[in-house]
Amino acid sequence: MLQNAWLIPVFPLIAFIILLLFGRFLKDKSSYVGIAALALSFIFSLLVLMERIGGETYGFTVNWLTTGDRTISAGYEVTALNVMMLFVVAAVSLLVHIFSREYMHEDNRIHVFYSYLALFSFSMLGLVLSPNLLQLFIFWELVGLSSFLLVGFWYFKPEAAAAAKKAFLVTRIGDVGLLIGLILLFNATGSLEYSAVFSAIEAGAATNTMLTVIAVLIFLGAVGKSAQFPLHVWLPDAMEGPTPVSALIHAATMVAAGVYLVGVMYPVFLASSTAMLIVAWVGAITAFIAATIALVNTDIKRILAYSTISQLGFMMLALGTGGYVAGLFHLMTHAFFKALLFLGAGSVIFALHHRQDIRNMGGLWNRMKITSVTFLIGTLAIAGAPPLAGFWSKEVILAAVLEGGGIVLFLIAAVTAFMTAFYMFRLFFRVFTGEFKGEHEPVENKKFMTVPLVALAVFAVVAGFVNTPFAAGLEGFLTEGLNVGEQAHGTIWLAGLSVLLAAGGFGLAWAMYYKGTVAQDFFTSKAPGVHKLLLNKYYLDEIYQAAFARPTVAAGKFLAEVDRRVIDGIVLVAARSVERSGQVIRKQHNGQLQTYGLVTIIGGLAVIALAFVLRGYFG
Amino acid sequence: MVPVTFFLALGAVLFCIGLYGVLTRRHLVVVLVCIELMLNSVNINLVAFSSIGPFANITGQVFSLFIFTVAAAEAAVGLAILIALYRNRESIDVIKQDIMRW
Repeated sequence: MLQNAWLIPVFPLIAFIILLLFGRFLKDKSSYVGIAALALSFIFSLLVLMERIGGETYGFTVNWLTTGDRTISAGYEVTALNVMMLFVVAAVSLLVHIFSREYMHEDNRIHVFYSYLALFSFSMLGLVLSPNLLQLFIFWELVGLSSFLLVGFWYFKPEAAAAAKKAFLVTRIGDVGLLIGLILLFNATGSLEYSAVFSAIEAGAATNTMLTVIAVLIFLGAVGKSAQFPLHVWLPDAMEGPTPVSALIHAATMVAAGVYLVGVMYPVFLASSTAMLIVAWVGAITAFIAATIALVNTDIKRILAYSTISQLGFMMLALGTGGYVAGLFHLMTHAFFKALLFLGAGSVIFALHHRQDIRNMGGLWNRMKITSVTFLIGTLAIAGAPPLAGFWSKEVILAAVLEGGGIVLFLIAAVTAFMTAFYMFRLFFRVFTGEFKGEHEPVENKKFMTVPLVALAVFAVVAGFVNTPFAAGLEGFLTEGLNVGEQAHGTIWLAGLSVLLAAGGFGLAWAMYYKGTVAQDFFTSKAPGVHKLLLNKYYLDEIYQAAFARPTVAAGKFLAEVDRRVIDGIVLVAARSVERSGQVIRKQHNGQLQTYGLVTIIGGLAVIALAFVLRGYFG
Repeated sequence: MVPVTFFLALGAVLFCIGLYGVLTRRHLVVVLVCIELMLNSVNINLVAFSSIGPFANITGQVFSLFIFTVAAAEAAVGLAILIALYRNRESIDVIKQDIMRW
């Protein structure tokens, strides 16, 4: 079965080609093509996962390019990390495909939507199967492309078009760093194969400084893709895309690619303590600031987007403090419960006819039972309520941070965990409890939308059990044959603290937004400045606009002017002078035979005279 | 015995007069006549070398006969062109024959 792992990304690719060619005729039947392809991918990845557990790593490569004495190969590889990612991506992708059928059925470009989704699934599955960095980079750019296409799917909305452009440009900054990092790595180690790179680094192929530079540049790619501070600004705007897209790409899979990249290149990061420190601090800062913004935001999707950024920061923080398993474990559990939350949000938005402001929601608990219950499960999972998935992964992250990162990072992580519980329950209470504030009575959505919710809710409950302190199955699976250092484990008091933080966040949200015992403006009235700062997302967009975007545009305009005036001017002077001299000389060409004759004779005489003078015939 | 340089000087003078005529006269027939003059100045050179040159032989005289023939043919063709030109443009003024420009 492992030999057939390459088929997993091929199914969505076939679906993409079919939809590209015949989508117009299939119309809303397109969804079945996508669902069928992803179902096959899912079954195959499940089989591959089952065979890989307890089995061996399988790799297949062919030589692709030879430059001098260095060879670049292409192929696929089934490692422990790969199969975990394959399973997560295929599962979430399949459920999102099913969900989208109902969500998008009113859109008459649904076949385009499904072809993009299939392209994304192909790219993402290809990304995780790549055995070398060059292949990974190609798929890396492909997922970026499909993200761009899907964010801008409703391109006729100016915000969506701007958001797509922003997502593409901001991630491009990271991708340039990644590409430079890859080139340096290739230069230093002579290979882009993971295993060859790691053994070369172990053998001391690169100096310490070089390794740090390479690791930081690769991390820059991850920062762009995984929306880490300071390149996180594209992800909230990417919520302009259809909600299933947000669930699949901007919550569960593509944004996790950055974390996956750091995980795959972990030996390189481990070799440089500076790089690890940078990863940890970027993760911590990201987790903290995104959580604080989520506290005050009022758009249901943007709250979830900031929550995603915050959780991705958590993963980076874990990886940066030596928690290899912790970060990747959280990546896996987060994919399920965040996809669940986004699809739940999609279900709410769909039922409310595309309204997203939580201030105008409320009282959906009795009206949309399945959505409400599954959303509650997702909320509990992300808040870290035992024994749901988020509890287990958050606990090992806290343990890893405490052990490898020191007290400051641990405090940041703990405060962020508290805020996570608070803003998620704030969202939950605002949307599902209280008075309903609309004209149209919302009803529960059809099966195509509720079944994925239930499936993801099941995952959100059980996904954590693969790696508990009592049976650390995932840890043994992921670290087998890898040298990633000693992994930290949770303790009882840490678990207690984790539950306490979640409960505290829940309690505060409950008191403020359900019971009303604490006034909702209790904090905002005390610190209006902070509230304003958070509402405006630390003014980062404005700062970037002023610091980078406007100077760039101004420089562009200036250079355009230079081009128009100076460069074009020089060209024009050259052209005009030729033209002018032509005008002058043309006058001499007057058709007068006798003038021509005279000129010819004088010229001939001049040549003869010259020859005589030069050759000395007179002497 | 007249030295050969005298004949060469005469030829050169005739040639220059002919050239001057070709370049300055406005009447096309005169231009044609001047061309004949230049050809004949060459003939003088040929005949002079043929009879009193350092390697005197008959070739020069034969050559000058060829030139007569060619000059006669040329005069005939030239005059025919002049007539055609006159019929078309009602003028044989050199200045006015300037259609072959740009």
